[in-house]
Amino acid sequence: MTETNIGAPIKRVEDKRFLTGRGRYTDDLNQPNQLYACILRSPHAHANLKKVDVSQAKAAPGVIDIFTGSDMAADEVGSLPCGWQIHSKDGSPMHEPGHPPMAVTKVRHVGDQVAIVIAETKSQARDALDIIEVDYEVLPAAINMDEALSGKALVHDDVPNNMCFDWEIGDKEATENSFSDAHKVVSIELVNNRLIPNAMEPRAAVAQYDPSNGNYTLHTTTQNPHVIRLLMGAFVLQIPEHKLRIISHDVGGGFGSKIFHYAEEAILTWASAKVSQPIKWTAERSESFVTDAHGRDHETKAELALDKDGKFLGLRVSTKANIGAYLSTFGSSVPTYLYGTLLAGVYKTPAIYCEVKTVFTNTVPVDAYRGAGRPECTYLLERLVNKAAKETGIDPVEIRRINMIQPDQFPYQTPVALQYDVGDYPRAFETALKASDYEGFSSRRKSSEDNGKKRGIGISTYIEACGIAPSAVAGALGARAGLYESAQVRVHPTGSVTLYTGTHNHGQGHETTFAQIVSDTLGVSIDQVEVSHGDTGEVQFGMGTYGSRSLAVGGPAVLKACNKIIEKSKKIAAHILEASVDDIDFKDGVYSISGTDRELAFGEVSLAAYVPHNYPIEELEPGLDENAFYDPLNFSFPAGCHICEVEIDPETGEVEITDFTAVDDIGRVINPMIVEGQVQGGLAQGIGQALMEGCVYDNEGQLLTGSYMDYTMPRADNLPNLNVSTESVLGASNPLEVKGVGEVGSIGAPPAVINAILDALSSLGVEDISMPASPSKVWQAIHNAQ
Amino acid sequence: MPTVSMTVNGESVSSEVEPRTLLVQYLRENLGLTGTHVGCDTSQCGACVVHVNGKSAKSCTMLAVQAEGSEVSTIEGLADGDTLHPMQEAFRENHGLQCGFCTPGMVMSAIDLVQTNSDPSEHDVREWLEGNLCRCTGYHNIVKSILAGAKAMQG
Repeated sequence: MTETNIGAPIKRVEDKRFLTGRGRYTDDLNQPNQLYACILRSPHAHANLKKVDVSQAKAAPGVIDIFTGSDMAADEVGSLPCGWQIHSKDGSPMHEPGHPPMAVTKVRHVGDQVAIVIAETKSQARDALDIIEVDYEVLPAAINMDEALSGKALVHDDVPNNMCFDWEIGDKEATENSFSDAHKVVSIELVNNRLIPNAMEPRAAVAQYDPSNGNYTLHTTTQNPHVIRLLMGAFVLQIPEHKLRIISHDVGGGFGSKIFHYAEEAILTWASAKVSQPIKWTAERSESFVTDAHGRDHETKAELALDKDGKFLGLRVSTKANIGAYLSTFGSSVPTYLYGTLLAGVYKTPAIYCEVKTVFTNTVPVDAYRGAGRPECTYLLERLVNKAAKETGIDPVEIRRINMIQPDQFPYQTPVALQYDVGDYPRAFETALKASDYEGFSSRRKSSEDNGKKRGIGISTYIEACGIAPSAVAGALGARAGLYESAQVRVHPTGSVTLYTGTHNHGQGHETTFAQIVSDTLGVSIDQVEVSHGDTGEVQFGMGTYGSRSLAVGGPAVLKACNKIIEKSKKIAAHILEASVDDIDFKDGVYSISGTDRELAFGEVSLAAYVPHNYPIEELEPGLDENAFYDPLNFSFPAGCHICEVEIDPETGEVEITDFTAVDDIGRVINPMIVEGQVQGGLAQGIGQALMEGCVYDNEGQLLTGSYMDYTMPRADNLPNLNVSTESVLGASNPLEVKGVGEVGSIGAPPAVINAILDALSSLGVEDISMPASPSKVWQAIHNAQ
Repeated sequence: MPTVSMTVNGESVSSEVEPRTLLVQYLRENLGLTGTHVGCDTSQCGACVVHVNGKSAKSCTMLAVQAEGSEVSTIEGLADGDTLHPMQEAFRENHGLQCGFCTPGMVMSAIDLVQTNSDPSEHDVREWLEGNLCRCTGYHNIVKSILAGAKAMQG
């Protein structure tokens, strides 16, 4: 193995530009004659727009123009589309009310777009916002889900009771029967707290229209530029793809929140043609809070049926999912196919039924946030399993052992549509127990008790479906797009390589990981490989990065394109070496005839492809540039076990995470350093959800957690060192044998933390606590129990 | 408009600015030093940390005119040609960054820590970073990087 090969922890090639302040984030870019935009946003959760008077603001210093929703409507600008159609139990399609980029008749959440001011400087644009006069007729708002379902206030007039859809999965009858046969039924009610993703880079966009050729260019902070081009071009602005270029070079974190096609992208692109000058908009953090799609926000009742030995017989789940004021790009897929399909977890539960009512409210749209549906699923399952352990008197370790799918049971068909391809759940589980010194916990508990503290340990297992997705399967489930990935490998005449990938790197280290795949496959050194992404003008096509799909779907596309390069190069080498193609071996960048010393270097063959003097020209075209599309055969299924240990000060309710152990099966590891970083980052967000983060609206729909002063996220002194390792079974559904790693931390961590807290407080009589388990909530729970 | 003069990364600069111009705006928009980032509007995230007269400061919380006559250094001024500052190198070696957005503020803040406390413990590092948010790394590798960078700066 050379140091750049698959499996080596090589340092990231992208780091130098970030460390020297030379990243190219959207707000870093400026165009000649650029104007600046600020957006007027609704201060009300729900109101009729009676009148928007921009006349005085238009005359303000530096103001070039101001546009409103009516101006966009007059140009027949379309509605922001949803990419996934769900059908209700009764077969009817989900309600898809219009989502105009700027409000026309009504605003539906605090932050909804009302007008855009374009001025010579940002300060001038901002000043002018204050003198736009808007006559709002404030309406009653639907904020919490029960209230919304009562239908007293309708977010969209044509959606009765604010119910977007009422979906189900699983065999209801079989599940009911399993409950009639049950020795014991354990039930739980849970809230999966609403989160605000908060990538550190606020969203931004720079739009430019070239009147000389009718071309549009939009620099935007997106995780999937081609998807934005498709959605905005085809559905919103009617700009054909060849006239619309979307560029997102460096993006400062996404975690899902930068997947979606946002209104500002369409508003800026449209307005740039109106004023025939480039326009830049950058969100202030307070705007991000009220416009970036939020995550989670489920209320769930679940019941588990068990036999007399503690074996799971059936699982019944009823969930209400908040979808916010509008359907965001993938908002409908998150509480359905990314949630209900994972309810088997790593267990042999034979019958499962789940129903999900998805509800419009006068809040920011809710969509995918790191884990997307799978954290919600894992949280309910692992909380329920722990509760079952307690109520049956079976140890939490033992109840998991006896219900776990065994390695000889694969492929394993779950009762909720998915077929797990391969895995060894007991292996990761037992490894985690050992790595966390589970056996030694009681003595640590005693030490804590001696110091007046309460100590607890909590386990969570999880499974997730990544590598989204086989297009035909996704399509059958309602996806309105294919979910393959593309790669183009361009070998230059001297043998260096540019890889164009349709995935997007916003922190995941693709420029390194993907270069390692190319380096390994083609035998060129890693400094001879450049990875290009994030520009629809350069990359042929792509579906972008989310759902831990980049390596599982994008990686095999890279491999496939590299193999096409090798296939063609072998023919060139065979011609030059005057041998049969079948006799040509390719290894470590050298073409040779087996059993002889005749060989050609990778660079020599590349040069021959571009200087085809001695070349099989009748059979082969010159050049060495291959592209590939890869559509996966199945999802991939990372799984693992997370164990959290906490110490709680009962006097203050403060929870300290003393140890966190994560053992994850993520398939083949390309770069272990990057993998560890991905798991650590995910764990921090999962721990954040469990202990600190929670989005709070008041009854009028004002966001009370609208800044970093109010929305608490983990800081360095809130977290311990994280004990992270992998225990992998190679993936069976793609040729790279990878599974995906980006989301495992945020999926496994929350129930491990809460189970640990409940374990610690069990002796005090505390039976339940909701996330985030803040010190005040923990303190209150202790006092309520006494 | 008032004129502001200061030294940035060793070079004297002087410009007319609106009085309300923040130091971070001046660095990014007037001087084109876009390595210093803006991640929030409440002085919470620390993506904008630079050094003013050798001490770390949140450049979103200072007006440009308040830096009149000061020595300001930013992430762009740290490396010596192609050779990274030991703290930058430590972040690279220890995978102390992912998306890179918080990184300049983290590095500038870390250097000030080591100037203040040449041999910080892990606890010292975690406490010092209370003004810097990172959403990608879980801080594990940032802490590791700073401990390594502190050693390297002494070496």
